[in-house]
Amino acid sequence: MKKFLKLFFYILFLIPFLPQVYAAEKVEYLTTDWSFKGLFGKFDRSALQRGYHVYTEVCSSCHSMKYLSYRNLAQEGGPEFTEAEAKAIAASFEVTDGPNSDGEMFTRPGKLSDKFVMPYENVKAAQAANGGAYPPDMSVLVKARGGGVDYIYSLLQGYEDPPAGVTLDDGVYYNKYMYGNKIKMANQLSDGLIEYSDGTKATVEQMSKDVTTFLMWAAEPHLESRHKMGFKAIVYLIILTILVYFSMKRIWSRIETKV
Amino acid sequence: MSDHEYTPKSNFGKWFNDRLPLLTLANHLTDYPTPKNLNYWWTFGGILTFCLVTQIVTGLVLAMHYIAHADMAFDSVEHIMRDVNYGWLIRYIHANGASMFFLAVYIHIFRSLFYGSYKAPREIIWIIGIIIYLLMMAAAFMGYVLPWGQMSFWGATVITNLFSAIPLVGEGIVTWLWGGYSVDNPTLTRFFTLHYLIPFLILGLVVLHIWALHVPGNNNPIGIDVKKPSKDTVPFHPYIVIKDAFALLMFMIVFAFFVFYTPNILGHADNYIEANPLVTPAHIVPEWYLLPFYAILRSVPDKLLGVIAMLSAIFILAALPWLDTSKIRSAVFRPIYRQFYWILVADVLILGYVGAMPAEGLYLLIARVATAYYFLHFLVILPILGFKERTLPIPLSITEPVLGGSSNLAAVRDDSRLEKLK
Repeated sequence: MKKFLKLFFYILFLIPFLPQVYAAEKVEYLTTDWSFKGLFGKFDRSALQRGYHVYTEVCSSCHSMKYLSYRNLAQEGGPEFTEAEAKAIAASFEVTDGPNSDGEMFTRPGKLSDKFVMPYENVKAAQAANGGAYPPDMSVLVKARGGGVDYIYSLLQGYEDPPAGVTLDDGVYYNKYMYGNKIKMANQLSDGLIEYSDGTKATVEQMSKDVTTFLMWAAEPHLESRHKMGFKAIVYLIILTILVYFSMKRIWSRIETKV
Repeated sequence: MSDHEYTPKSNFGKWFNDRLPLLTLANHLTDYPTPKNLNYWWTFGGILTFCLVTQIVTGLVLAMHYIAHADMAFDSVEHIMRDVNYGWLIRYIHANGASMFFLAVYIHIFRSLFYGSYKAPREIIWIIGIIIYLLMMAAAFMGYVLPWGQMSFWGATVITNLFSAIPLVGEGIVTWLWGGYSVDNPTLTRFFTLHYLIPFLILGLVVLHIWALHVPGNNNPIGIDVKKPSKDTVPFHPYIVIKDAFALLMFMIVFAFFVFYTPNILGHADNYIEANPLVTPAHIVPEWYLLPFYAILRSVPDKLLGVIAMLSAIFILAALPWLDTSKIRSAVFRPIYRQFYWILVADVLILGYVGAMPAEGLYLLIARVATAYYFLHFLVILPILGFKERTLPIPLSITEPVLGGSSNLAAVRDDSRLEKLK
């Protein structure tokens, strides 16, 4: 009985920490072998570079990424394009700058310090072009969705024909992982949609995985140094704890009480 | 406080100490006689001090980079996360630090409940503690608003709207709190100001809390008065210092795990969506440490009564020293109370669980039963139990833990009262 009660309490204590508690509706998401999970999780560089490829070719025509700069592409812990490559990527975009000394706005090729160019001038323009729905900014999208990477990964592959009895308005699509199943984004990925420069076969699954990895990095650009530092910090703390434990035993041995 | 006069050894020390007795204070703090049987549940006082200092230090750095403006707050937080050197580390420590702070304070409070630390002569320590806890909740709530995400905005809307339940002046008070007709920039700037202020109020109260503690000295697991200093006590330094340090390090390992490996698990995903007054999230949920009170609020169908119930649930704790009529402090010697104690712990955890769930159907029913039980525990069970319970004999001193033949005064008084009741 006592054991049972103890177990019951341990479980109760854990409940508030389970993220599922917060997600009202539970759907089984697809998942894959994410390289960035776990104590030593790191990003797969080539997946990040491919993911960036998918983002520019497909997503970026509607979705902005306003917190990222082109310099981030060459940053340590990211896709780690060479600085020359990142400069070339930046230069391939037209950036509006100004006003110049004549008070005019002008366009120039992008620089490393520029933020990612936005597909629309503002939210209203984005809504007008997308049937009233605003394609969310993707900078922190992975962290802004309950299921995280698995949710995005599933959503990209979750398009199917609506079950009998579900009617869809014009410009609305059926996705089995979307909240409420109705989504205003059409299925964007199809096998062989783009051609990866490293020869990887661009299947829907592969592209979903790559672009989701890229989005994870975009949301957590310091994930790798966080994991590295975390391991060191915890090992340090454990060693210190052991040393302090023995000092404590030593000090308390002077009196007749167990610590 | 120890009565013996302390005189510094050096001449300068004497000269300084005559003018400002800092050295006497330091001597008091190191010599402070502490019961030697304190268990690890007593280490959370030190852990909480660490939490407070951590929050203040990381908060100061964050405030250097944060911009309290409705149009820029969310951007400035992302700026901290991306471009400020180790900004991600400081913000994650601060955000998870709040949760760790509450985890520690709940353990600290429930330790008091188990060992009767709130009873005479420690009522003032307890009441100051409850005020600190209230201020912590205010600080945490306002801090959660600052990133200006969806949960920040809608949480602020829901909580501030509670004041509209006050008859006649409610609506006016809400407008005054908001500084406008909805949660907006003026609300954010005043929340930022108050969020910055409150920790220093807490710091001041913590000094009073510790001061008040040092008058009667620590309670202990047996809950009896100990003579100080005696063979039942040890000096605070090095015995308690090293033990607190060991416990703090264990706590820091858990803390570090959250910060480095699951920094967002205790937050809500919606708070990474910038605040939008036109879109209401599907479920508005407060942070986990406020969930039991949120459940109590929602379990009452009337808004005003719900607010009253929620506030009473906190304020009832301040009356606890008088609601608990038992003269015996420690639950170790109160077999019946001990069982009710664990039922209360379970009750609060259940309240927390249903607080995270939608307020409908079975969840609502459970919330109502649990709320009723919460008040029943403090208002009915505790007062009656003090008279009815047959307590176990308590030992004379810590070094004499033999339970036979108690001649302790408190126990005798309790037994004679039991006789009368028969």
